[in-house]
Amino acid sequence: MIAIVKEQLTQAGNFSLFIGRFFKEIFVPPFQINEFLRQCYTIGCKSLPLVSITGFIMGLVLTIQSRPTMTKFGAESWLPSMVSLSLIREIAPVVTALICAGKIASGIGAELGSMKVSSQIDAMEVSAVNPYKYLVVTRILATTLMVPLLVIFADLVGIFGGYIGYNIHNTITMSRYFSEVIEHLDYLDLMPATIKTFFFGFFIGVIGCYKGFNASSGTASVGLAANSAVVTASLSIFIVDMLAVQITDLFF
Amino acid sequence: MKDEPIIKIKNLYKAFGKNKVLKGISFEVNKGEDLVILGRSGSGKSVAIKCLVGLLDPDKGKMEILGTDMTKLTYKELNEIRLKIGFMFQDGALYDSMSVRENLTFTLKHHTRHLTEEDIQQQIMEALDSVGLKEAIDKMPSELSGGMVKRISLARTIIIKPEIIFYDEPTAGLDTITAQEISELILSVQKKYKATSIIITHDMICAKMTGNRIIIIKDGLIHAQGTYEELENSTDQWVRSFFFANN
Repeated sequence: MIAIVKEQLTQAGNFSLFIGRFFKEIFVPPFQINEFLRQCYTIGCKSLPLVSITGFIMGLVLTIQSRPTMTKFGAESWLPSMVSLSLIREIAPVVTALICAGKIASGIGAELGSMKVSSQIDAMEVSAVNPYKYLVVTRILATTLMVPLLVIFADLVGIFGGYIGYNIHNTITMSRYFSEVIEHLDYLDLMPATIKTFFFGFFIGVIGCYKGFNASSGTASVGLAANSAVVTASLSIFIVDMLAVQITDLFF
Repeated sequence: MKDEPIIKIKNLYKAFGKNKVLKGISFEVNKGEDLVILGRSGSGKSVAIKCLVGLLDPDKGKMEILGTDMTKLTYKELNEIRLKIGFMFQDGALYDSMSVRENLTFTLKHHTRHLTEEDIQQQIMEALDSVGLKEAIDKMPSELSGGMVKRISLARTIIIKPEIIFYDEPTAGLDTITAQEISELILSVQKKYKATSIIITHDMICAKMTGNRIIIIKDGLIHAQGTYEELENSTDQWVRSFFFANN
């Protein structure tokens, strides 16, 4: 029992040092701009199809599932604003972040893990290239920037999915639907929801990198790093979300 | 000038938990010398050179490369020394997300800043020509055979024209003929670039071809040293076992 607690505390300490090193290295040149842009493309653009499909389905299903209840209370006209608010404030950020945790954190964990196991990180080190700066800083920055953009994209596609869902049983023009959505949206609906996605992105990147960068030797550890990255990143998203909701509730 | 030691290791200790791998080894390598370190698996050969380049921190002991105490360097100072060192890894360690050209470009660009694109391409072709693999320039590491990976890894090592080269098991995992080809290649590279080198191996053909001097590590300590011929004629049964087992 003591050994487990000691191991967990050591892990927590190492993780804190890993995050601390990120904030130290991020301001020190040379800046790996090309690698950062490459990671933005890999993490952002290559995740667009997945995020589009899930975003669309979220909006569509939420509209179809909510319609009977809203109709029962005579509030069917509130459906566009209800769906868009639910998507923007909670569902799209959390679901998109979970999808990114599955796709991106596992990808980073497996990639860095295999680089570690096959001595590629050591090869960088002896070539006088700082592997933390080249591999870790660029990936964490890319996820921190790309996940919020993916969430905004998922919001838009989700709202469009809601429009399609609404039109299955009713008829409404797209301009009318979107004006309904925008009319009921507030600055306070958008800002806290967007701010928390930066934290989602940061934790997805930092956990994926930490797990991969610290993979032990052997090919089995690559799988473990990827798996552990997904589980830990998903859990961290729920924890960050809970904290974000509490803080938003406290101040707004 | 030729006999000036540029690598010095004194009383080097390294343990992983309770497993004491190095128990106080000491040796020197002179400028232009090609030292072979022999030993059975797990004897601490690779650990010694990984300590030298800063991939592992020794528990105790002194290490000097080119007159610099390697145990007292900052990360920046360590990297300045690393720019003068080439390291060929046992499994090649090519960056598998990059093509051969990108692997070499990456290493060269980070080593020598402000090179023109023309210079980079010229040096890549020169390095690939040295290992006889010009045609593999646009291949991915996954498309290369074991022997080709070693050759490209050697090209990546020599492209920065290092003063010192460490070879970690350069012929491990290769068939006899390919292993001999790699040994011949190392020999030609040593003649061409005149770098000081340490070759970690348990391949006696490679040791004979590439080394001017051999040290044999046993249980974390230097057990014997000398030229190939001296060690081959040693009366020590353990030393002789290396030669007989490979003949």
